Amino acid sequence: MSTLLQQILNGLSLGSIYALIALGYTMVYGILKLINFAHGEVFMIGAYAGYFAALGLGVQGYGAAGFPIHLAIVVLVIAMAAAATLGVAIEFLAYRPVRKAPRLTPLITAIGVSLFLQNAAMLAFTPNPRPYPPILREVRFELGGVIVTNVKLTIFVVAIALMVGLHWFIQRTWTGKAMRAVSTNMDAARLMGVDTDRIIRATFAVGSALAAAGGILFGLDQITINPLMGMLTGLKAFVAAVLGGIGNIRGAVLGGLLIGVAEQMTAGYLSPDYRDAITFVILIIILILRPEGLLGVVRPEKV
Amino acid sequence: MQLVRRLAIASATMLVLFGIGLWLQDGLIEYVQRIVLLAGINVILAVGLNLINGTTGQFSIGHAGFMAVGAYGAAFFGVKLAPFVQRLVGIGAAADAVTLNIALLIGALLAGLAGLLVGAPSLRLRGDYLAVVTLGFGEIIRISFNNAQFLGAATGYFGDTPAGLPAYTSFFWVYGWAIAIVILIRNLTFSQTGRSLAAIREDEIAAEAMATPTTRLKVLAFSLSAASAGIAGGLFAYMQSGIRPEDFRFDKSIDMIVMIIIGGLGSISGAVVGGIFVAVTLELMRDLQQYRLVLYALLLIIIMLVRPEGLLGSRELSEVIRARFKRTKGPVEAAK
Amino acid sequence: MSLLSLQKVDKIFGGLRALKEVSFDVPAKAIFGLIGPNGAGKTTLFNVITGVYTPDGGAIHFEGQAIGGQSPAQVANRGIARTFQNIRLFRSMTVEENVMVAGHHLHQANVLSAMFRTRAHAADEARLQKHARELLEVMGLGKHAQDVAGSLPYGSQRRLEIARALMLKPKLLLLDEPAAGMNSQEAAELERQIRFLRDELGLTIVLVEHNMAVVMSVCETVHVVDHGETIAHGTPEQVKQDPAVLAAYLGKSTEDVA
Repeated sequence: MSTLLQQILNGLSLGSIYALIALGYTMVYGILKLINFAHGEVFMIGAYAGYFAALGLGVQGYGAAGFPIHLAIVVLVIAMAAAATLGVAIEFLAYRPVRKAPRLTPLITAIGVSLFLQNAAMLAFTPNPRPYPPILREVRFELGGVIVTNVKLTIFVVAIALMVGLHWFIQRTWTGKAMRAVSTNMDAARLMGVDTDRIIRATFAVGSALAAAGGILFGLDQITINPLMGMLTGLKAFVAAVLGGIGNIRGAVLGGLLIGVAEQMTAGYLSPDYRDAITFVILIIILILRPEGLLGVVRPEKV
Repeated sequence: MQLVRRLAIASATMLVLFGIGLWLQDGLIEYVQRIVLLAGINVILAVGLNLINGTTGQFSIGHAGFMAVGAYGAAFFGVKLAPFVQRLVGIGAAADAVTLNIALLIGALLAGLAGLLVGAPSLRLRGDYLAVVTLGFGEIIRISFNNAQFLGAATGYFGDTPAGLPAYTSFFWVYGWAIAIVILIRNLTFSQTGRSLAAIREDEIAAEAMATPTTRLKVLAFSLSAASAGIAGGLFAYMQSGIRPEDFRFDKSIDMIVMIIIGGLGSISGAVVGGIFVAVTLELMRDLQQYRLVLYALLLIIIMLVRPEGLLGSRELSEVIRARFKRTKGPVEAAK
Repeated sequence: MSLLSLQKVDKIFGGLRALKEVSFDVPAKAIFGLIGPNGAGKTTLFNVITGVYTPDGGAIHFEGQAIGGQSPAQVANRGIARTFQNIRLFRSMTVEENVMVAGHHLHQANVLSAMFRTRAHAADEARLQKHARELLEVMGLGKHAQDVAGSLPYGSQRRLEIARALMLKPKLLLLDEPAAGMNSQEAAELERQIRFLRDELGLTIVLVEHNMAVVMSVCETVHVVDHGETIAHGTPEQVKQDPAVLAAYLGKSTEDVA
């Protein structure tokens, strides 16, 4: 029983990270109907930004005392800012010029950007995995037969905090409301005076920042990072977004958690070899049985 | 009469290919030989992928999976059948040729079947979703081979002998198959079926309203392109001592996309050009993998930004040449 | 017996009831008009008849057979062809190719004969091309056979859509705003063509149209819908004077507003 609970807990932790990344996919798709293939790479760059920020702030020097919390937050902010900038730059340079083109063109562009970032990162950071800096010194404790580490707890806390923050942002701020308007009907929003370009940039910025947070958490959890980490994890997060209902923010969170748990259970009870495959199987099943996702709405096409 | 004429042309072509093949083996260094063979294999991949992505407008980005099915299928069955063939025909070039072609056909059949299985449920999905699902299937296929013990799993399949897979692949066979496939696909493209596929690309709803059996045709195009990738996979397998799942990662699917984007989606001659380009850059930049992929990435982005229709657009090289050499209208004619 | 018969057809989109118990019969060889203000549900009716949408209630019969819920390709094979409100041509293909695509029933040879260029295939292509050319001539587009469809002027594109629909050898032709964007000269030519299609080719025609001159001139029966419901049915003269129709198009009279 405790093993099952352990797996579920680990799965939820992993799933929270997927959820953070999935939010970026779902928000961009909701607004532009574009699958931002490069989002996984933004996640990866965010992780590396955190890596370098932590090293730059002297994380190695703190030893047993542990990295101070306020500096850890600084690392997070730096990484999120860097990723947000990258996301906006990608939108501006690669996606904006082809916004009006037939759907295939932005898809290929997105694949190109993703490919570029992966390999540029391999050239810049070398393909070797790097151990993540000890921003958190690991502390384990046992609760009723289940092992919980402060890393997993931090992941929960940070992820939940960010998602609550996002919810507040979308519901309460003007920009957030404008985002909802634009994703419902871009032309109508424009007619109501919304600067859609600015809102689109904001969407990319927010989504990318969340992905960067996910990247740092992922690094803490998985111990190492490498330039190709964005590819697989990004794909899983995308499946999570589709599972929950692409374009639906609650769906992204739900999807992320489900995929995390499914992956953990598959690794634990079936075989670690299939942990990646289960996500693809879920993707195929959901697209065949219910393409609009669990929380999505079917929209009939106008002929 | 038509049959006789065709057989004559085919025989002549085969002689020419055979001659070139011999000359290449003696004349060129192995490095260049490999590029030439890869270029031919790429042409098969590109022209096949172009049928579904370009002509039919259904974007698949997981075709490496079908190449893998063809490669493993051809390798496995070829190795198993070789002794039987040799007993019938005697050891030697004739047996090798027979084994190779039977193996290729089996690989193509299996790949086509895989295409059918993937395509049937997936092709009713919209553009970007279809792309992701094909990516997913491509990965599932690769992961399956990675876990298949009887095919060597991650280490790879090297046949039954320590020498590895026999080197059946030669210039003659690669280009023989390439020419055959290009002709067959070209013929299909310029026919009522090809027209219907293009109609699906242009406007699927209108095509349906005009009684086009859209689902059946999409699945057909998908299966044919998968079978084509299967032939390429088989030829690829018999060019190496063994094949590994590593050879068929998403990178390979990306290579295939680059091939058809460069020449222009929908253009067969464009696919040929693209295939050759990728083969050349692959070998020339063998030690600079990351730079090669950065180059491909930039090409994809720049082409989409500047000239999304690629070098040739959806036109064929013959049309481009004809247009160049056409007399420009004089002022009187133009005014009419 | 009528060629096409709708009985209490309903169509609901989420919360919106787009069609409410619409019923009418179209006799064979009729020229039947379907009119109503914008958003009345006319194109939705076409979409339901041709299988793009499945009706949520009621029945649709063609030649006595129920066709509600069949796919567009099945409906087309039964003999119902249509044009679209926002022209849906195969824009980058030639005019001739656009028409040839619809020639499935003429197309005997299969995929293998296409790939190996057999004699059967050549005969196929010749047959398709001959038929397509003839239809293009009928619609006055013979000279443009090799032009790219997207490069044609608007009016010609509409005529091409009709030629393409005719290639299906339909018994019933549904025209969705064929006169849109035409000047009076082109509209008169269209009227002539519609009559020709009925008189010489024996087609039954249902016409959705906003151009009242064309409707009044060419239709024998007119069915009026507004907000998804039938509000009038009769000859053009009767419908023209119907107060419900006038109210729908022109809004309520000033007395009611005051």
